[in-house]
Amino acid sequence: MSLERFINQQTSAWMSGTGPDSDVVLSTRVRLARNLNNVMFPTILPVEEAKAVVTQMVEAAADKLSLELLKMEDLSSLQKRVLVEKHLISPFLAETSFYGAALISEQEDVSIMVNEEDHLRIQCMASGLQLHETLDKANRIDDVIEQQVQYAFDEKKGYLTACPTNVGTGLRASVMIHLPGLVLTRQMNRIIPAISQLGLVVRGIYGEGSEALGNIFQISNQLTLGKSEEDIINDLDSIVHELMSREQSARDALMQTSPTQLEDRIFRSYGILSNSRVIETSEAFQCLSNVRLGIDLGYITHISKSILNELMFLTQPGFLQQYAGGPLKAEDRDIRRAALIRERLELEETN
Amino acid sequence: MICQECHERPAALHFTKTVNGKMTEVYLCEHCAHEKGEHLFSGHPAFSLNNLLGGLFNPEPHFATNPPFQEQETHCEKCHMTFQQFLQSGKFGCAQCYKSFDSKLASILKRLHGGNTVHQGKIPARMGGALHLQKELQELREKLQEMVTSEHFEQAANVRDQIRALEKKQLDEGGVQ
Repeated sequence: MSLERFINQQTSAWMSGTGPDSDVVLSTRVRLARNLNNVMFPTILPVEEAKAVVTQMVEAAADKLSLELLKMEDLSSLQKRVLVEKHLISPFLAETSFYGAALISEQEDVSIMVNEEDHLRIQCMASGLQLHETLDKANRIDDVIEQQVQYAFDEKKGYLTACPTNVGTGLRASVMIHLPGLVLTRQMNRIIPAISQLGLVVRGIYGEGSEALGNIFQISNQLTLGKSEEDIINDLDSIVHELMSREQSARDALMQTSPTQLEDRIFRSYGILSNSRVIETSEAFQCLSNVRLGIDLGYITHISKSILNELMFLTQPGFLQQYAGGPLKAEDRDIRRAALIRERLELEETN
Repeated sequence: MICQECHERPAALHFTKTVNGKMTEVYLCEHCAHEKGEHLFSGHPAFSLNNLLGGLFNPEPHFATNPPFQEQETHCEKCHMTFQQFLQSGKFGCAQCYKSFDSKLASILKRLHGGNTVHQGKIPARMGGALHLQKELQELREKLQEMVTSEHFEQAANVRDQIRALEKKQLDEGGVQ
């Protein structure tokens, strides 16, 4: 029953794009990596012990935190894919893990992955920019679990993780951010290397390298050792604020220097989305990004802001196939994607 | 030729796989190849970070392949992972590995974490009072330094008193400085 809910409930609350600073920031995610003391890391964990870790985590967390257990071995590859597209589980947990499992909250804003690269990956998601709140939430969950189990912890090296890139705090905080103004004014290529020097990583969340589909970037901390959780979050927060203000300036500059071209771009994209019969992911994302910019700048008023977040998730291959009830060829997916977007836009027109 | 996976559609693609010199051939239709292919490739990130770590950590790659003398290889007494295995996979086998490879880890951690080697963050509640006290003291000492630098001497005196009280507590509890 609940599996059906996680698969069929199309968007989670944190995807709604209603949180603070949601003009630019789509969502916030915080992840804590933890391992049990005296149990081998999942990389080399024997079967019986791997199963025991899942049982132990269910006992420690499921009831106390009202989380639902999903075992990877019980899921079809399409179901796993939908969960990956919803960011509830990682591709690693879905494909490679050994007796991997996930404990997920009803609101889908908490997902604890078990037997991923580490025994535990506590993930919390929130809409908009809410780094401090999301860290607090993850910490509270961490505290509840820690009352039941003994973590692998070293006073010098902190929380011990399978990969040394996570040791110390085990914290990875990331922010998904929509930066069409900075991309249009060709500033991103200069900004990305600058941010990298501050111990943070910027990457296109969909697509390869610096080519970010839909002008959506993910910014996260790289260092986990030698800084407190608060310092890591503060550093990320200040860079995100800096990017937000630069994005705003870029948008202002575009409105001033080439308002007609900007308006043309926005409405062309709107035309494509409301009329196309076949559309690929990259074109759909680019158009959705332009339409969202049009909403933010007041050119388009009758469409809700959540359209970018929502359709970005719903037009991914796994979702489309789930929606269709079975596997689809790439061409069929492009047709379904176009139809879904048209339907969604028509719904907005009538409301 | 019919697709070997679905036995329905005509095979459009031909794969040859060689494992240990043994060759297997697979004929698949476009649909099944796509399904299978996605599974095959997404699960094996050939250039993942972990694969790159090995190269980054290996201090003297030229000597590594041809060592001047054969030394007893360092391995973890608990999970039996060797240091060489860790370098290849980029992942430890167990928590004990951090202790077993301690002497070789400092330079790796420094490279990964901007020169840092000591944890400054959260401490599990069950680790006991001594560690928490130590962390609190350290934070207060930093605060004291800040206040002296910014010439807030009255507040600095307060903080100094707090530090003394904590230091006394630490001594009473038998904790180490």
